[in-house]
Amino acid sequence: MTTTFIPDTLVKPARPWRRTHRSTLAMLGFMVLAGLSSTGIVAVTGLAGPLGWYVAFVFSLAVLGFLGSFFRDRVVAVDLFATVLICTAFMTVLIPWVSIFYSVIKRGAPAFYKGYLTTDMLVTSSGEALNLGGLSHAIVGTLLMLTIASLICIPLGIIAAIYIVEIKGRFAGVVRFLTQAMSGVPSIVAGLFIYSTLVILVFHSFSGIAGACALAILMLPTVTRTAEEVLKLVPDHLRAASYALGASQTQTTFKVVLPSVRSGLITASVLGLARVAGETAPLLLTSGYFIKLTTNVRNGAIGSLPTYIFSTLGAGTTESVTRAWGGACVLLALILILFIGARSLGGRNKGR
Amino acid sequence: MPTQLVSDASPETSPDDPVGRVIATEYGPSDKVFRGVITSGAMMSLVVLALIGAFLLFRGLEIFRDFGFGFITNVVWDPGDGIDKATASFGIGAMLVGSVVTAVIALLIATPFAMGTALFLEFYCPSWLRIFLTSVLDLVAAIPSVIYGVWGYAVFMKYGTSWGRALNEHLGWLPLFHVPSQNFERSPLIAGMVLALMIVPITTSVARAVYSQAPRDQIDAVYALGGSRWSGIRHIVLPFGRSGLIGGAMLGLGRALGETVAVYLVLNLVFRINFEILASVGGNVASLIANKFAEAGEYELKALMAAGLVLFLVTLLVNFAATAIVGRTRGTES
Repeated sequence: MTTTFIPDTLVKPARPWRRTHRSTLAMLGFMVLAGLSSTGIVAVTGLAGPLGWYVAFVFSLAVLGFLGSFFRDRVVAVDLFATVLICTAFMTVLIPWVSIFYSVIKRGAPAFYKGYLTTDMLVTSSGEALNLGGLSHAIVGTLLMLTIASLICIPLGIIAAIYIVEIKGRFAGVVRFLTQAMSGVPSIVAGLFIYSTLVILVFHSFSGIAGACALAILMLPTVTRTAEEVLKLVPDHLRAASYALGASQTQTTFKVVLPSVRSGLITASVLGLARVAGETAPLLLTSGYFIKLTTNVRNGAIGSLPTYIFSTLGAGTTESVTRAWGGACVLLALILILFIGARSLGGRNKGR
Repeated sequence: MPTQLVSDASPETSPDDPVGRVIATEYGPSDKVFRGVITSGAMMSLVVLALIGAFLLFRGLEIFRDFGFGFITNVVWDPGDGIDKATASFGIGAMLVGSVVTAVIALLIATPFAMGTALFLEFYCPSWLRIFLTSVLDLVAAIPSVIYGVWGYAVFMKYGTSWGRALNEHLGWLPLFHVPSQNFERSPLIAGMVLALMIVPITTSVARAVYSQAPRDQIDAVYALGGSRWSGIRHIVLPFGRSGLIGGAMLGLGRALGETVAVYLVLNLVFRINFEILASVGGNVASLIANKFAEAGEYELKALMAAGLVLFLVTLLVNFAATAIVGRTRGTES
């Protein structure tokens, strides 16, 4: 009878990509242990509050991981240590964002009353009681400027994307590169540019159209790049079929390619809008801030949500700071709505 | 339409017209017009960038002529009496240093976290969670800077100040953490941390896109050799994605250098070159422009335009470099 000899050193095939019950249990135990020890650390040392507990938690995870390396294979221990580091990096990043959303809602809520969305600040100073005044002027101004900005920017962005994907012209690479570079133009520089051209030379005063142009500059790269990604998803056989039927490139683009990605292009536009809806710096330089509800976008300053937040925060009283948080709440809600709209449209497009 | 197509194409139904459709490789006249219009429209980004540079230079030229290189290096911002140009003196040295200090702090804090987050999203979290978290990441990237500023000013300042005080207590012997007075509010460190939060989504999404293209077969080979998940990341993914991470970090740097409102709200604007990151002294070119714009006279406005030009060129340079670096790993994508 022969016995199969299995050497101790034989490497067992590992499946690191698959989580077993044992490893999940080990991980959970590890977390509980770390939680207990961090509670101990908080009790003994001067660290206080949830944030102190979190710091202690990360610290004890690291220490426990290090201790674990004495009992385990070095490779496994290092892997565990890296896992802990990567997961805590992710969780740490989440904390401030959760805090932002939480404080915007919590601190913004007191600013809301029945007429908050329908009154302007013409007869109310920002330090007055919170049941007076509102931000209708800011909402209307922001929506007007966003509309004008999208009228300017969306055709241009889609044209640039068509140039890169459909025409594949000689400068396609250059256009992509410059679009990418343009996304890094500081918003205040766009504001200065529009100020030095449109505001000084054309309108001779702050103007909603000037603000919209500054927003359009900042929006262009997002729209172009997203539209480009969308157009690339159109399968080439659609174009080939169209050409085979004798269609020209113009007909192919307008009757085959663009209709097939309509919702994707809408997503691109809405994402661009979400990106610029909260731009403050360029508006301070181009559209200014005005406390009265107005739809005059040609001449004179016009209100907008970001400048409303900025100016009420600057006033410094308790009421005005609460108003700033209220404005932040509305602005964040607007962006959230735009964003979810864009996502759901894009999702439907992908599903088809 | 289909009936018409048949009648056109089949010779039996129209025997008088034996000539088929002309197959040409040249574009027809309508296509030529179309291509011309699209091409000229696509040059818009080029035109806008050139116009921004040209107009800021045009407006700021007088400042560069009057102050020369000193405009970059001097540490003074004095509009004078507003009438006589000789009484005015401008130099953005302190603001440039302040921009770099805050942006570098932001970069040093944000890059490791962005790397960890990207790795987590790509290799650790379950796929249903990944789809959700990716859209969350896109969403937080769209949070306006004014909200980051308000949050940094009203919520985060308390924590940042206490951390600054603790750092100074324990590591105050380092010149970096030295402070002239015990005021830790509105310091470059706090501004840098708020900026770090703002650039994490940018760097993460670039890094994640690069990591997701890491050669799957090589990672599987590492597993087959008995390696752990970390070995695969350490030996395959990280080397592969290095330039992507650097490029993503530099895109973040460009954003941090040009950030206005958030820095304006959380940083104390003082005209002094300051490397003591805990002291309540700092600045940044963009927030200088926002700060001085409202009350600027004609000559001071020109100085602001010149400052804007410097900022524009610096960020453009950083972005060009970043785009080139990212493009090198990812080939066509960016």
